[in-house]
Amino acid sequence: MKRISVKEDACIGCGICQVYCTLEHSKSKDAIKAYLKEDPKPVSRIRIETNKPVSMSIRCQHCKDTPCVYACLAGAMTLDKKTGLVIHDPEKCMGCWTCIMVCPYGAVKPDSSGKIIAKCDLCPNLDVPACVTNCPNDALLCETVEE
Amino acid sequence: MVKYLIIGGSAGGVGAVEAIREVDPTGTIALISEEVFPQYSRPMISEFVSQEATLATMKYRSEQFWKKHNVHAYTGKTALNIDFDKKIVKLDDGQKLEYEKLLLATGGRPVVPQMDGVTKEGVFTFTELASAEGITSKLQHAKSAVVLGGGLIGVSVADALVKRGIKITLIELNDRLIHVVLDEKASELAETVIKATGTKLILSQTVKQILGKQGNPNEVGGVLLQDDTIISCDLVVLAVGVNPRIELVEDSKVEIQKGIIVDRFMQTNIPDVYACGDATEAHDFLVKENRRLPLWPLAHVGGRVAGYNMAGQTTEYEGGTVMSSMNYFRLPIISVGKINPEDSSEYEILVDVQPEKPVYRKIVLKDDVIVGFIFLGEVEKAGILFRLIKNQVNVAEVKEKLLSKDFGIISLPETVRKEMFVVH
Ligand SMILES: Cc1cc2nc3c(=O)[nH]c(=O)nc-3n(C[C@H](O)[C@H](O)[C@H](O)COP(=O)(O)OP(=O)(O)OC[C@H]3O[C@@H](n4cnc5c(N)ncnc54)[C@H](O)[C@@H]3O)c2cc1C
Ligand code: SF4
Ligand code: SF4
Repeated sequence: MKRISVKEDACIGCGICQVYCTLEHSKSKDAIKAYLKEDPKPVSRIRIETNKPVSMSIRCQHCKDTPCVYACLAGAMTLDKKTGLVIHDPEKCMGCWTCIMVCPYGAVKPDSSGKIIAKCDLCPNLDVPACVTNCPNDALLCETVEE
Repeated sequence: MVKYLIIGGSAGGVGAVEAIREVDPTGTIALISEEVFPQYSRPMISEFVSQEATLATMKYRSEQFWKKHNVHAYTGKTALNIDFDKKIVKLDDGQKLEYEKLLLATGGRPVVPQMDGVTKEGVFTFTELASAEGITSKLQHAKSAVVLGGGLIGVSVADALVKRGIKITLIELNDRLIHVVLDEKASELAETVIKATGTKLILSQTVKQILGKQGNPNEVGGVLLQDDTIISCDLVVLAVGVNPRIELVEDSKVEIQKGIIVDRFMQTNIPDVYACGDATEAHDFLVKENRRLPLWPLAHVGGRVAGYNMAGQTTEYEGGTVMSSMNYFRLPIISVGKINPEDSSEYEILVDVQPEKPVYRKIVLKDDVIVGFIFLGEVEKAGILFRLIKNQVNVAEVKEKLLSKDFGIISLPETVRKEMFVVH
């Protein structure tokens, strides 16, 4: 299973992962259009946390025990048994924020429409997620882990 | 003989089916549901009324769910009685089903207050798809509605009806809205947001009679309040509460108080009989007692735990607590645990209020352990606090940071943080 891990010592909190995450989840994949013209505006599924001198880039961990999947009121969060990924279906999401309430990483947030949530999907169209490829300090690692 | 028999096909019943099949791929499962389309998301009936969801999008599990899990689903059938000694359930069509293990996932039933006029046409409760469909069919000719009850369900139906252009009067007996999970300040902010949509709010008041229409006394025309005010309306929605559905066990050996009592394995006092969800009183991890917690996630997880245990994989229920999240009237609110402590001297309270946004965040601590919080307006990272409550983490070191913008996993003691990220 594909997973992203963070090297706490290497993360400088520059936020470049957030920029590339936002872009990858935009319709146009063009920075200017994505930030200025798209509606709803794409949002980053990553949060940078800073507690000087340490910084950390945080996203959905695709947990094994899937609290968000069990809590989801709509059946919009599901666990893909093959990939071990926790997948969000925007068509089914009712925007009740129950997953936000139970996610221990605080890795879910409302998207810019305020009607559904957004969270890391590990960039299903890319071999390596955009945040990992573009981290200037190699603070993010994409690994394949055993189940 | 059915190996696993489940009564009720909603959050709890579905959770049980999935868990049983993880452990036992072949044992026979039968499920009885009064509702023809049981596997829908009950909380989404307000989205159905507001037309934000359709029957297709509000499916909690697909229509093939029963088939896929090899469940014999008796839909549109009611279980009439249970012989716990002979282990037989009798259905309304005369069929008898013999079981090895039984799960009661029968949920709740809306409270209908005793008052003049409740049987008039145009009076609805709001707990199932059928009530949502009934209300929807009236909306073409309705202009105004009275919603009785300012709890979660009342607010959800008011939000849906406002979106359909109906003029709403929301009447609540308590002096604040959703009083189980909001405090005075949170209610005040929510009231402002709700009133801004043109909705009328009447607190500390109730309806004593439902009145008929001029020319047709059998149809709703208005309501008469306790203080003798008359409010005219075309619809009345009663949302004053839900009681556990316990009629199947009322005169049996199964231990009940208000709901069916279950242990940490979701088993009742009768061997091989399990229960979960709104029908039960189950473990609360905060007060460490059994109590009624009629919440979707808890019904689902309770059903899962029951399923594992029924299939022979011993699993303990972690329990739940008072916890609510909502996004009605576009006001996000998450509230968990004890947010209105009775003896405030024992508790420490941290607050951040920005009424202009509105944002209101309050954290309640006892002996440096978080016991409850309300996040209104800004809900991000609520889950981190939920985890701190659940694990009873001592937060003395990070107390000043809890409400700061920078608070996050990085603020937590290194031991807690490292333990969180060694997941894979
Ligand atoms: C409008 C609304 C909004 C809500 N919003 C939220 C929310 O935001 N968050 C939250 O956590 N919870 C919410 N809830 C509560 C949540 O829906 C319940 O906690 C949950 O549905 C309980 O699941 P359950 O499986 O225990 O029972 P139920 O969902 O009540 O299902 C029980 C099923 O069993 C069937 N049944 C009962 N007796 C028999 C019998 N004898 N024979 C055959 N079938 C039978 C019933 O017909 C029903 O289909 C909301 C509820 C409503 C109505
Ligand atoms: S959203 Fe949160 S709870 Fe769900 S899998 Fe991701 S990290 Fe885990
Ligand atoms: S916000 Fe969407 S994904 Fe999250 S619990 Fe609610 S319906 Fe499920």
